[in-house]
Amino acid sequence: MSAKNYTDLAHRHAHGDANPHAIGHHHDEPHGSLREYVIGFVLSVVLTAIPFWLVMSGAIADKNTTAIVIAAFAVVQVVVHMIYFLHMNGKAEGGWNMLALIFTAVVVLIVISGSMWVMYHMNHNMMPMHAEQMD
Amino acid sequence: MTAVPLPATAPPPWSPLLGRISLEQLPFLHEPIVAVTFVGVILGGIALVGALTYFRLWGYLWKEWFTSVDHKKIGVMYMILGLVMFMRGFADALMMRLQQAMAFNGSDGYLNAHHYDQVFTAHGVIMIFFAAMPFVTGLMNYVVPLQIGARDVSFPFLNNFSFWMTTGGAVLVMASLFLGEFAQTGWLAFPPLSGLAYSPGVGVDYYIWSLQVAGVGTTLSGINLIATIIKMRAPGMTLMRMPVFTWTALCTNVLIVASFPVLTAVLVLLSLDRYVGTNFFTNDFGGSPMMYVNLIWIWGHPEVYILILPIFGVFSEVTSTFSGKRLFGYTSMVYATVVITILSYVVWLHHFFTMGSGASVNSFFGITTMVISIPTGAKLFNWLFTMYRGRIRFDLPMMWTVAFMLTFTIGGMTGVLLAVPPADFVLHNSLFLIAHFHNVIIGGVVFGTFAAINYWWPKAFGFKLNQFWGKVSFWCWVPGFWLAFTPLYIMGLMGVTRRTRVFDDPSLQPYFIVALLGAVLIAAGIGAMVVQYGVSIWKREELKDESGDPWNGRTLEWATSSPPPAYNFAFTPIVHDLDAWEDMKRAGVGRPLDGYRPIHMPSNTGAGVILAGISTALGFALIWHIWWMAGASFVALLVSAIAHTFNYKRDYHIPAEDVAAVEAQRTAQLERLAQNQGAAA
Repeated sequence: MSAKNYTDLAHRHAHGDANPHAIGHHHDEPHGSLREYVIGFVLSVVLTAIPFWLVMSGAIADKNTTAIVIAAFAVVQVVVHMIYFLHMNGKAEGGWNMLALIFTAVVVLIVISGSMWVMYHMNHNMMPMHAEQMD
Repeated sequence: MTAVPLPATAPPPWSPLLGRISLEQLPFLHEPIVAVTFVGVILGGIALVGALTYFRLWGYLWKEWFTSVDHKKIGVMYMILGLVMFMRGFADALMMRLQQAMAFNGSDGYLNAHHYDQVFTAHGVIMIFFAAMPFVTGLMNYVVPLQIGARDVSFPFLNNFSFWMTTGGAVLVMASLFLGEFAQTGWLAFPPLSGLAYSPGVGVDYYIWSLQVAGVGTTLSGINLIATIIKMRAPGMTLMRMPVFTWTALCTNVLIVASFPVLTAVLVLLSLDRYVGTNFFTNDFGGSPMMYVNLIWIWGHPEVYILILPIFGVFSEVTSTFSGKRLFGYTSMVYATVVITILSYVVWLHHFFTMGSGASVNSFFGITTMVISIPTGAKLFNWLFTMYRGRIRFDLPMMWTVAFMLTFTIGGMTGVLLAVPPADFVLHNSLFLIAHFHNVIIGGVVFGTFAAINYWWPKAFGFKLNQFWGKVSFWCWVPGFWLAFTPLYIMGLMGVTRRTRVFDDPSLQPYFIVALLGAVLIAAGIGAMVVQYGVSIWKREELKDESGDPWNGRTLEWATSSPPPAYNFAFTPIVHDLDAWEDMKRAGVGRPLDGYRPIHMPSNTGAGVILAGISTALGFALIWHIWWMAGASFVALLVSAIAHTFNYKRDYHIPAEDVAAVEAQRTAQLERLAQNQGAAA
């Protein structure tokens, strides 16, 4: 055995296993309890029922406001799923999950708001037919 | 049925058995150019199949390569796929150059409009999706696990499957040459031209399904490499000790995972318009073709950074190695890469300034575009300062790097020029734009790929590439590039538009002839490159590198033998510094020489080939509206995928004795080398 080698400890072996099964079975992965699943389920049902009720009863007179409120419920619904069903939190996977989530949110925000902004101007400038039809 | 004659753009007739396939759909029966190509391909194909059969190579290829889950072999296969498709894409380029140089003074050239439009579409699609993408994916596949001291990627089977999906897409594009037609829409297939009303044939369907099949592979390989880089780095390799190439690979794969779904979605919407009569992108019924342009560029702009970022990584590794210095400004390099990753999502509108979004929107995207040139500029200064007072060795990888720095910088400057919206209104869709993006893609991605091939070839095969033919290739390529594209810059400024088949103004002909000469010079460069590979393989004993570290490298891939054993590293190295291998060499530590353990490895499997083959058949059936075949292949796809989940023979152990034998051989090799060096000194 040479005195110095690049592993420092010659007999460590487990880490570099190429086998995917060796990885992924971490102990720190959160698994939901029954309680969490029930809370998630109830919240999801409530968050689904309210938008249905809003539309069917016409509780809010203005349709655009209704659409915005429903979209807000959808966003909350997404968060509920992430917390109670996907067990995501700020610490899982050493913070990588959170980082990925933030990045995804930023990209989705850019894509949606950017497209809406761009297409609004396109429609306004390039589709004069629409303006006439609306008049 | 009434006997009304079909208009020229009518959809082809349909039969239940063969869908839209008919004799009219075989272009080699009525187009002489395609006929000659077809005969050539058939003869070449027979010769290849015959040779493989004669030398009994099928079993070897199947067992050692096609079914391999080894990231190194998959990386090499990606590079071969990229090179083959690069040849095809270049043939298209040469055909366009010839056509444009001829079509003056009343001449129609030698390509009719139907053929010419397919050629320029196929050129773009092939070069981006099936040449450049396999190149960067292949490089990342080969190099990343070695650089981070891992034994493979996180999901080795997925890697094999991804490769074959990419190949399946390439097969569909190639099939369109002899069966049916390819899209005549330009490489992004904008509607309404790509809609059913204006493209009723199979061309756009070939486009859609080849990209969808290949897109699955690209997205999955993106996920795979992100997981690999995040989860499988050697102990001690913190994020800020990752080699720059690995950093750029990480950012590229993040871009892939975040942007390819947009491409998939927009192509699904276009398919719905074409297959079930929706009106997302039609002119009527509330459809908006402009939305397609908007969405596809939301994918398209990150895509150009997907291609260039890993190549920036290649140049960083090469500059640092061949200057014999640590990379200047490593931290700023990493931050520049991350900033480019984010900013690449806020510039897409600069591809359609002229579509009419108005001054406020255009100025926002013009400014973001100019901003993104700042981190890119920072990178160039980092490379320059790395070279400054370094002991620069001008081997081929470094030569390509210097050529890149000179060429790419000019391409970047014309890009900033195009980012000015009023200037873009003059230059949009002109040859100036064509010259600009070839300037950055050839000067960046292609030169970078050649630098990378020359740099990592000895690692992959255990011998260096021949210098002489490499230099011939270099000196044909670089001047050839400038000869081919400077005339395009000039003509673009004069207002000559892209994708034009016939010209009225005879004063333009000399420019096109010069551009053709440039393309011929590039062809010579490609020829010299092929000769370089051939000569190097032939003289591999003379060019042999036994050290595993022919360039005095700095990162971990040079710490193992060339070619590396299947398991890469018998023991996972522990990293203490950036440029880990350079640090180990300086500290005088080598690999451990005993205490070997069995190594747990993933098994080869044919499932990737089978699944991708069925997917390709599914794509083919959908292109030709052969519904029974589409249904059957879809069911077969599900059944095979589920069947594969019951395959429990997924892994095996390399026995400790075998590892010890391989490592003892390596030790003997290194001792012999040290003795020879001692004797020489």
